[in-house]
Amino acid sequence: MPTPKDLNDRVLSIRDLNISFDTASGTVHAIRGVRMDLFRGETIAIVGESGSGKSVTVKTIMGILANNGHIDSGSINYTFVNEKGEKETVDMTRLSQKEIRYRFCGKHIAMVFQDPMTSLDPTMTIGKQIMEGMILHLKLSKAEAKKRAIDLLAKVGIENPEKRFKQYPHELSGGMRQRVVIAIALACEPDILICDEPTTALDVTIQAKILELIKEIQAESNFAVIYITHDLGVVAKVADYVDVMYAGRIIEKGNIDEIFYDPRHPYTWGLLASMPDTDTNSKRLFAIPGTPPNLLEKVTGDAFAPRNPFALKIDYEAEPPMYDVGGQHRVASWLCDPRAPHVAMPEQLRERMEKMRKEGILE
Amino acid sequence: MTVIDKNTAPLLHVEGLKQYFRISSSYTTKAVDGISFDIWPGETYGLVGESGSGKSTTGRAIIRLYDPTGGMIIFDGHDISGKMSREDERYLRTNMQMIFQDPMACLNPRKKVKEIIAQGLEIHHLYSSQKELEDKVYAIIDKVGLSREHATRYPHQFSGGQRQRIGIARALVMNPKLVIADEAISALDVSIQAQVVNLMKDLQDELGTTYLFIAHDLSMVKYISDRIGVMHLGHIVETGTTDEIFENPIHPYTRSLLSAIPRPNPRIEKKRVAVEYDKEKEGVDYTAGHIHKLTDTHSVLATDEEFAVWSKDHSY
Repeated sequence: MPTPKDLNDRVLSIRDLNISFDTASGTVHAIRGVRMDLFRGETIAIVGESGSGKSVTVKTIMGILANNGHIDSGSINYTFVNEKGEKETVDMTRLSQKEIRYRFCGKHIAMVFQDPMTSLDPTMTIGKQIMEGMILHLKLSKAEAKKRAIDLLAKVGIENPEKRFKQYPHELSGGMRQRVVIAIALACEPDILICDEPTTALDVTIQAKILELIKEIQAESNFAVIYITHDLGVVAKVADYVDVMYAGRIIEKGNIDEIFYDPRHPYTWGLLASMPDTDTNSKRLFAIPGTPPNLLEKVTGDAFAPRNPFALKIDYEAEPPMYDVGGQHRVASWLCDPRAPHVAMPEQLRERMEKMRKEGILE
Repeated sequence: MTVIDKNTAPLLHVEGLKQYFRISSSYTTKAVDGISFDIWPGETYGLVGESGSGKSTTGRAIIRLYDPTGGMIIFDGHDISGKMSREDERYLRTNMQMIFQDPMACLNPRKKVKEIIAQGLEIHHLYSSQKELEDKVYAIIDKVGLSREHATRYPHQFSGGQRQRIGIARALVMNPKLVIADEAISALDVSIQAQVVNLMKDLQDELGTTYLFIAHDLSMVKYISDRIGVMHLGHIVETGTTDEIFENPIHPYTRSLLSAIPRPNPRIEKKRVAVEYDKEKEGVDYTAGHIHKLTDTHSVLATDEEFAVWSKDHSY
């Protein structure tokens, strides 16, 4: 997977993005210098707790930022093939939200939301909802759109698509609804599919099937996928690359193996260790103490320092830069500085890593 | 793990519990359809299943938020099914407490934390002086890891994890024998989930509270429970100690649930294929089955033929 990448395949490049929100109690700096690249055909997972800014990042890409939010600096360059068949790059931060929504949403960039019951219109048949985008963006006739919609329903694994086409969302089960949402998202063959917690509202038994479905279709159509999730099980299943966000910053990024088998940031350690493991019989779960910082206040130093048992003195004074620790692995932690004392990850987690590595090779 | 003395009476004995909801004159939802289980003092019983399996309904029927359609519930020697006597109702309301899923929705936004926590004590007059009331409230605030200056704040001033701590404090201030935790951690962030689960375990060690832990996340349930009941469509299809359920699942539904647990190991997770279970396809009829005991603690709901097939490749 980590082959040198062709820059021509880059669909999205975010640089130094800063976003803040004006609220009654002051300005919240929700996104602080995010940098991200997305290439055709690959899958990135953005992991973080609620309030870490993962949703805000993708909402900006979609042009659906809340009214009190504004982009302070940075760029989001999106490269696509335009109507004339030429390659074009636009900086989405310079477009109005309306323009993004009319030109790109649904057509080039599509999104799957968390709760399929609230993202579907309860008063419209699902067929009509799938056709809507195709008729608007691709200027298809109704008959053509209907034919494609039925094909799409079959593609997302819905049996009896002709019959389902005429049904309303409430007549379907949760898993079926999410399949319909995916069909809508894929209707105009987007370049980028954003999945915001696509399985959180679903039962465990259905979760895996939805993720597998997205993966299969991605392999066929070769679009890029951004997952937003706090569930590391989901990340392990789908992602090629992982960005861990904390308090509006990406604090660790790398390919999936680097993050899961060789994490470096204490926050990532905590996240991995606090997942209950069905194999070990440890008595206590590892828990990250404290709560995420309030971004109303200005963050001095490393935002994670107050919750970090390994925090150094400098963590309270200056924000750590991104350290290159080899491969595609980047870590924003002073612990990676050559001058820092050597700190090993918690014993419990190290044991689990060992076991995971062995299992991963054996199977 | 708690050692369960089966000679003592169970704290909660549920037998043939039924909870139906009449939707229209011709259609009745059988949310819980004749389930039986026991919970012994000091243990944690985990109830798992997918949404719509009736696990939350079971919890709500036991604490009598609903009027059960049928069956018997004996709580610490008191019959709390059907029409309760005054004493039984009082006993139930003071000794059984509930922790809810959404910590924002279950706290009164117009009351201060200390008022929320004190409310149960006030209603049941479980204090002799104002000072005693205050002492009890502050003691529990300390215990759940909040600080005393939090007592005069309002729920909206807290984070999700802290709110859940308030919910736990409110339940435990009554010094209950049984706490029903209905999806108490599923609305929380991963790092906070671990904090809350650890807190619940610590408090159990200290106070000897019994938990009925209702959840859909099997990995968390494994971590906190001594015994587990697996529910599907209103029936408990399999029950056993945590080890028995995880090491030796018999019922195909249990197996499909176990195989669906995501594992934070990419190389395994990318290849994992979940076992499918479709009740219709397999032709399983829960109402036709009866309880087969494998061991003292492990039992499964099946007809004789099903049981023969399912337990074939298992060592008992």
